[in-house]
Amino acid sequence: MAENALLEVQGVSKHFGGLVAVDQISFTLRHNEVLGLIGPNGSGKTTMINLISGALRPTMGDIFMGDRLISERPARFIARLGIARTFQLVRLLPSLSVLENVMAGAVFGHKRLWGREARKYAARLLERVGMGHAIGMPLLALTYIDQKRVELARALAADPDILLLDEWLAGLNATELKLGIDLVQTLRQEGRAIIVVEHVMDAIRSLCDRCIVMNSGAMIAEGSPGQVLADPAVIHAYLGDSHA
Amino acid sequence: MDVLITGIYILITGSLLGATYSLIAMGLALQYGVARIMNLANGEMFIAGALVAFWVVTSHQLSPYVSLVFVVPGAFGINWLIYRYLLRPLVRRAKHRGQLEVDSILATFGMGFILVGVLREVFGGELFSYSYLLEPIKILNNNFALNRVIGCLVSALVCGLLYLGFYKTRAGMAMRAVAVDPAAAGLVAIDVPKISALSFALGGAVTAAGGVVISTFLTDMDPSGGVVFTLKALIVVIMGGVGDVRGAIVASFILGLTETLVATLVDPGFILAAAYFLFVLVLLFRPQGLFGRRRA
Amino acid sequence: MTRNEGIGWMLAVAGFGAMAFLPLLEDADYLMGLALNITMFTVLATSWALFSGPTHYISLATAAFYGVGATVVAMGFEVLPFPVLLGLAGLAGGVLAALVGLATLRLSGVYFVIFTLGLAELIRQLVSWVQSNIVEVGSIQVFTDNSDNWIYWELLALAALVFLVGWLIERSRLGFAMRIIGNDEVVASHSGIHSAGSKVILFVISGFFAAAVGAVMVTKIINFDPDTFYLPIISFQVVIMALLGGVHRLWGPLLGVIPFTLLWEVIENRFQQPMEMFGVEIVSAGSLKVILLGVCFMLIVYYIPRGVVGRVETLARRLAPGGGASHG
Ligand SMILES: Nc1ncnc2c1ncn2[C@@H]1O[C@H](COP(=O)(O)OP(=O)(O)OP(=O)(O)O)[C@@H](O)[C@H]1O
Ligand SMILES: [Mg+2]
Repeated sequence: MAENALLEVQGVSKHFGGLVAVDQISFTLRHNEVLGLIGPNGSGKTTMINLISGALRPTMGDIFMGDRLISERPARFIARLGIARTFQLVRLLPSLSVLENVMAGAVFGHKRLWGREARKYAARLLERVGMGHAIGMPLLALTYIDQKRVELARALAADPDILLLDEWLAGLNATELKLGIDLVQTLRQEGRAIIVVEHVMDAIRSLCDRCIVMNSGAMIAEGSPGQVLADPAVIHAYLGDSHA
Repeated sequence: MDVLITGIYILITGSLLGATYSLIAMGLALQYGVARIMNLANGEMFIAGALVAFWVVTSHQLSPYVSLVFVVPGAFGINWLIYRYLLRPLVRRAKHRGQLEVDSILATFGMGFILVGVLREVFGGELFSYSYLLEPIKILNNNFALNRVIGCLVSALVCGLLYLGFYKTRAGMAMRAVAVDPAAAGLVAIDVPKISALSFALGGAVTAAGGVVISTFLTDMDPSGGVVFTLKALIVVIMGGVGDVRGAIVASFILGLTETLVATLVDPGFILAAAYFLFVLVLLFRPQGLFGRRRA
Repeated sequence: MTRNEGIGWMLAVAGFGAMAFLPLLEDADYLMGLALNITMFTVLATSWALFSGPTHYISLATAAFYGVGATVVAMGFEVLPFPVLLGLAGLAGGVLAALVGLATLRLSGVYFVIFTLGLAELIRQLVSWVQSNIVEVGSIQVFTDNSDNWIYWELLALAALVFLVGWLIERSRLGFAMRIIGNDEVVASHSGIHSAGSKVILFVISGFFAAAVGAVMVTKIINFDPDTFYLPIISFQVVIMALLGGVHRLWGPLLGVIPFTLLWEVIENRFQQPMEMFGVEIVSAGSLKVILLGVCFMLIVYYIPRGVVGRVETLARRLAPGGGASHG
């Protein structure tokens, strides 16, 4: 398909027993692109992220990174190839220090630093996500938002080519949101491709080059944020499911 | 012809054994599958049942099955108390399933050891056996001891009752719901702690009843010998698929048949090895159980 | 950190030095016996904790490794020199651990406990069967020129090695990986960690040490009988000692080994004859030991889940002037 596709998802489905959580989805992610993955609650966005990161195996379909088939591979292999992610419900390592939490991303994966080098590198990443002050703090003292930043720093520590952000901007206040959006922009400028799962429309409009809209596991629209958000099918999906 | 007779012999002896194993397995399936407690004192509860039967036979000259009258309610009560006062606090404090697993393994090991110590004090540390209905009965040209056949019938009866209870009563339905998902069961107004306690107690009662049954034909048991039965029950439950009653019964028969096959054709010294061999096969190829769906 | 480490090293060197001189004392047979037991269980419990501490898997395979180590020596002592056999024994333990680990460590902890629970008994039956049906010997007398003093020193050296290996692992990527796995396996695999592989490596290390201890001990006990070496109770003792002491510190198990071994010793000596209590004859050493094991398990679960070390640490934190300890 597209020549400079970095990630290619081909007809991927995921069934949980009788439930079809992801239904024959195909799309590509290009170099240096921010792709929005949106849809109402329970539409299968997180499941799609899980399929790409290797947390789950597709029931059908293939996922390629470049020419390499990754959908049959375990998560550790995919991480080493340079795909990193955050989790919708933050997953930190509670008995490790803040710094060690970030180091975890830099030691075994796409980036393999160790010792002093890894510590310095992790500290720089913490600065970068605005958490430089928290290096010595116990993890449990952090607010939820700060925990999310630590988790992002851990994902970045792998120096990934592809970054998967599952509702990373959710729950931020206006100023934090602005900072968050800027941060994602700079990550893209470094040459990473990013998939963002989001409900925050402002963020989608200002960040995404393209959007994919899912509903009940299926893809119902694809295009620029302006296009898809004006699509009647998308509007129906959102209003039909949520009574906001 | 000889092959045929041996074949039939193995088939029947194995099934008789399998029927008895299904009692222990049902007991553990209730405790692990529903109450979520990996009870490693299971074998000791089993031995306790056997010892009570032994006591009834040797000191009162009654049929071992008479002991069921107080073994079953007694084991039910003791297990209910154990769940309520020792295990429930662990369930409550566990932050995740893994922690509950480790805690319940250690705690039930502790209970098992204490039970062994107490049983040794009460019954002495020696092997115990008694004989009961040793006369042969002829089935398809083979001789079988009557005690085994009766044991099998009693097991089948208990399993049948449990099965009906599990699938035909409200409490049984609640148990199945808790087995599938305790959190969701709680949402539909099922009293999960109560159902768990009930399942644990019932599981203990069934296990002890299994001990009574097996003591009628297995000789040379001793108070410290529970571990082997725990192991067999666990292998059967895992083979059957956790929380799958039908699977547990089928797995019991597979284990009974395999053991008999190996004991008859190879060497009785390889019985445990045979059980392990089955276990390894299950772990490697069907860790989700015989009928379970592979989880991602 | 570095100052504490320095003190730790000094304490370790002083401790091992003092222990090493014990055989040179006169009339210290009883003390030597105790020291030997403590050293042996220190190796077993510490190597157990290397694996089980970070993974939370409860291994009951110690007796199997120990027995395999003894078996290797019993089979080969007439043809091979002891040091070679010691290495082979360790290797055999490691291979057994790798096989068990590969079959079970991908799965949940329950499967692993169950598998290891019967492992010693399984191998005991197989060895006994081979002994009586194929080689047709009763028991083997393992006579080597390993003297009692040397046996003690060998165990002491193994103990030192366990601590060294543990110290190195703590500082390695493997140690870091294990801490991450212990916290969250999903995060571990998404960080590129091969969790099953890391667990197998640690299990192999603990299998190596337990087998090496068995190899040394068979030269002490001399009479090799599968029943005395594949003894499941050893596995339980080791689990209890390690958990009682605390598995989240390298030196934690030691704090469980010492009191437990002493208590065990007391029971063995005091209760050889049944005792009278309240006019009834109760409690033989055998039952009392079993009950002690049970009580310790309950104690660990309900009162000291982080072991003696955990207790000491909480106490120290409460007494420390600043309150909470932080990284420095
Ligand atoms: N492991 C699982 N087992 C069974 N069902 C699952 C599993 N994971 C997700 N599902 C189901 O798949 C569907 C899609 O879930 P998913 O989490 O992917 O949605 P989502 O789009 O991320 O929703 P949200 O916006 O709420 O995060 C849901 O119906 C969910 O219940
Ligand atoms: Mg989601």
